[in-house]
Amino acid sequence: MGNKTLSTVAIGIAAALLASGPALAQQKVKIGFITTLSGPQGVVGEYMRNSVELALDHLGRKMAGLDVEVIYGDDQVKPDVGKQVADEMLKKHQVDFVAGIIWSNVMLAVAPTVTDAGKFMIGTNAGPHELAGKQCNELFFTTSWQNDDTPEAMGKVMQDQGITDVYVMAPNYAAGKDMVNGFKRSYKGRIVDEVYTRLGQTDYQAELSQLRSKNPKAVFVFYPGGMGISFLRQYSEAGLRGQFPLYSVYTVDEISIPAVKHAALGQYETRYWSPDLKNPANQKYVSDYRRKYGKMPVFYGAQSYDGILLIDSAVRAVKGNLADKKGMIAAMRKADFASTRGKFSYNTNHFPIQNFYLLKAVTGPAGEDPVMEIQKTVFTNHRDSYAKECAMK
Amino acid sequence: MNSRIRAIVPAAGLVLLAAVPLAAALLDQPFYLDLVRRIMIFAIAALSLNLILGYGGMISFGHAAYLGVGAYAVGVLAHYGINDGYLQWALAIGASALVALAIGAISIRTSGVYFIMITLAFTQMLYYLGISIEEYGGDDGMRLQVKSQFPGLIDLNDANAFYYLVLAILVLALFLGQRLVDSRFGMVIRAAKSNEVRTRSIGFSPYPYRLAAFVIAGAVCGLAGALLVNHTAYLTPEFMNWTRSGELMFMVILGGMESIAGPVLGAFALLLLEDALSGWTQHWQLVLGPLLVLSVLFLKRGLAGLVFAKNE
Amino acid sequence: MNLFLVLEQALNGLQLGVMLFLMAAGLTLVFGIMNLVNLAHGSFYMVGAYLATYFYQATGSYLLGVSLGLAGTLAVGVAVELVALRTLYERPHLDQVLATFGLILFFNELAAILWGRAAIYTTLPDYLAGHVELFAGLRYPLYRLVIIAVGLAVAGLLWFVVARTRLGMLIRAGASNRAMVAALGVNVRLLYTLVFGFGAALAGLAGLMSGPIHVVQPGMGELILIEVFVVIVIGGIGSIRGALAGALIVGMADTLGRAFVRPMLATVLSRTAADTAGPALASMLIYLLMAIVLALKPQGLFPARA
Repeated sequence: MGNKTLSTVAIGIAAALLASGPALAQQKVKIGFITTLSGPQGVVGEYMRNSVELALDHLGRKMAGLDVEVIYGDDQVKPDVGKQVADEMLKKHQVDFVAGIIWSNVMLAVAPTVTDAGKFMIGTNAGPHELAGKQCNELFFTTSWQNDDTPEAMGKVMQDQGITDVYVMAPNYAAGKDMVNGFKRSYKGRIVDEVYTRLGQTDYQAELSQLRSKNPKAVFVFYPGGMGISFLRQYSEAGLRGQFPLYSVYTVDEISIPAVKHAALGQYETRYWSPDLKNPANQKYVSDYRRKYGKMPVFYGAQSYDGILLIDSAVRAVKGNLADKKGMIAAMRKADFASTRGKFSYNTNHFPIQNFYLLKAVTGPAGEDPVMEIQKTVFTNHRDSYAKECAMK
Repeated sequence: MNSRIRAIVPAAGLVLLAAVPLAAALLDQPFYLDLVRRIMIFAIAALSLNLILGYGGMISFGHAAYLGVGAYAVGVLAHYGINDGYLQWALAIGASALVALAIGAISIRTSGVYFIMITLAFTQMLYYLGISIEEYGGDDGMRLQVKSQFPGLIDLNDANAFYYLVLAILVLALFLGQRLVDSRFGMVIRAAKSNEVRTRSIGFSPYPYRLAAFVIAGAVCGLAGALLVNHTAYLTPEFMNWTRSGELMFMVILGGMESIAGPVLGAFALLLLEDALSGWTQHWQLVLGPLLVLSVLFLKRGLAGLVFAKNE
Repeated sequence: MNLFLVLEQALNGLQLGVMLFLMAAGLTLVFGIMNLVNLAHGSFYMVGAYLATYFYQATGSYLLGVSLGLAGTLAVGVAVELVALRTLYERPHLDQVLATFGLILFFNELAAILWGRAAIYTTLPDYLAGHVELFAGLRYPLYRLVIIAVGLAVAGLLWFVVARTRLGMLIRAGASNRAMVAALGVNVRLLYTLVFGFGAALAGLAGLMSGPIHVVQPGMGELILIEVFVVIVIGGIGSIRGALAGALIVGMADTLGRAFVRPMLATVLSRTAADTAGPALASMLIYLLMAIVLALKPQGLFPARA
């Protein structure tokens, strides 16, 4: 990074230009991995980067005999910064693949930039419906899910159990509304009320008082990150845990459990992955992750691990000939690698067709935090609802 | 000597900026074209903020609002299939001027910390409004499918053409900004900053002048917003986040408030520094934070103060 | 709308209000006396929460953890004043805003390095968990009642100190005329350091009390900071009385807005329109309130320098 530091010191632009010559003809695979590494949201990025490194360890840092170089970029949760980082990777570092990205809005800004440049965009978290539908692209693949899949699964769980009178809560922003819409696609029972709270809100006492006064049969919420931690604590503290069963998506995960511990117990989530998923790839990933980083991995990490393996499968299929885009697309569509979620296949829009499970937070081994445990399979080979809008066949 | 430096430095800067596309092409490093273009767009925004902040003494902590309004003006028209650039940019300028008029009319009645906070409050309102409007993507924002169209004049999809357009607007903003602060209007604004009572006693009520300056600054920043949305091909309420307003202020302070070109230096320094530090360590904010404190403590006249020796 | 619900929401508003007051008290004094705009005030909120959590876990005693957390935040506040902020008092507000913004970045990143970016586990001792039955049918979390009690006690104590003691006299004098206080031979520097340190400790108190029910993570202070600024601007900068009034107004308006704006809109608008407008309006309510107050009274409700 010496080049970059030099370019900064000089206010004159010419210096910045002279500092780095054109990239040498490459004999390695270059991957630009964009995620959020700084600020409070950087916690998710840390899990993703750790998992990428673990995947590289497992691959011996080579793909089809070529050395692999991963360049990490920090999007600061800002779409324009994400786009700038992507531009830098594409034009300066001349990467062959861009991967990662946590946030839908960053993804919607970055993905077209990458695919328009004729390079692969491998999403390892954000799955906005635009990219699954009308804006789908042959160079875009994701190893995660479409945003609606998970709440659809939870809606089905509650529908199948014959639960009625559900109280719904989510933050007032696009993803919050997407989650509720996904939920309502498969849950057809009565909804007592739908409440949207301020994005980033940390105190839910007023909303919980309203909730109690409506006396619902169950509660469905979507509160990612810090909002979820506050919500779960206050839900328990207000004594609602025993009164109204709580079903959630993206609210309880291996990042939030260490912060809430017992307040998560009994919590239901739906997800395509869980640390206790029984397949050799996953067991290796989880145990090696715990050994290397001393923590439970989280689904963001599993997806990122898969993203690197997906790239590896494509590079191997074309025997390291990175110019063979068609060959790599065909290889990726086969999803021919040992995924942490077990065998899955790709839909025509390059989103996974995969199983979804009902998870419950249960008491962990003595002295450890609660763990997520698979209760049952909700969807088998689930396809997202937007593939039909995608022109690819 | 001083006057020579004052003439040479901006000219040299202009030549360097004009040479970026050529150099980028020669070195096969088109990334720098994007980087410098983005920095210049923020430089225009910072420069507009300096009109009220540096010259008018009005510490607006909500200048990112106009960046957002300008971007949304373009994005919303495009959303309804209106891609005409003249119309889009006129709306961007007009709408941000109007918003600035409304915010300014109330805010300028207050002063000091109250002014800082009320401008912040208005921007927060717009931010939450942006998040709430589902039609325009809410918090996710929306993609600008087609860049602003200027048939026969310029094609913004041509990276070099777009670059030179931004450069031209920057130069024009610098030129007009200088004219403005040197004009009688500018004199009143500056006088009101240094001594409000005296300004009143010589027969000027500062309020309308301040309001006019506030509106002009908002309008110019709205244009920067229109440029930004075309640059990113994407818009989100995040453009109006309060930390953005803070960053714009930083650019102004870091660069120096006493000259029109100062904020431009500040924009280059801050954004290049951010780019370099974030490539170096994930804990770059641990370094950037104290650097900012130090620059405030020791670079009292900003970077421009280093380049140009003190006038007196 | 049943009466109990309104009453319960009023309690919620009161609780949010006293929390905001604890933050606002220190900030408004520092504004009023040192004329310093301190964006890093939210960092003390964070420091208090982290230190109390750390000491509670280390010592096993909640009260000890809280005391050490408070003392630690006081020490950090004093250190920040001595090292960084002291030189800023005579500087324009702008420099202060920027330098303290830089401090925010520094503290957030430091917390991330020391404790990680993920939220950390905080909890309450058993004797503070659980509920109290205020009336038949109105159960309320005990801990929130404790917060209200502590907040009101601190407000009373502050009132006593400011209105009845020599220190308070100096503080009041400093807020209305700094030069005069210095001219009278008071050790202004010491006074400033003291006020700043205790202001930081009050923010730390708010932070450590919110820790077990909110979330302890880097950047937690910024979420509440802007609301606190709204409070002191509505109340009038430099005025403790104003801070209390502002905090209660904002706490109530925000809580009642979140609870009742949408149902009320639904009675006049269509359900979908209310669903869209309600949350948006509730989010903007306190800013709207501040704009209205400042439009009518540009110096806030209780200007310190009349």
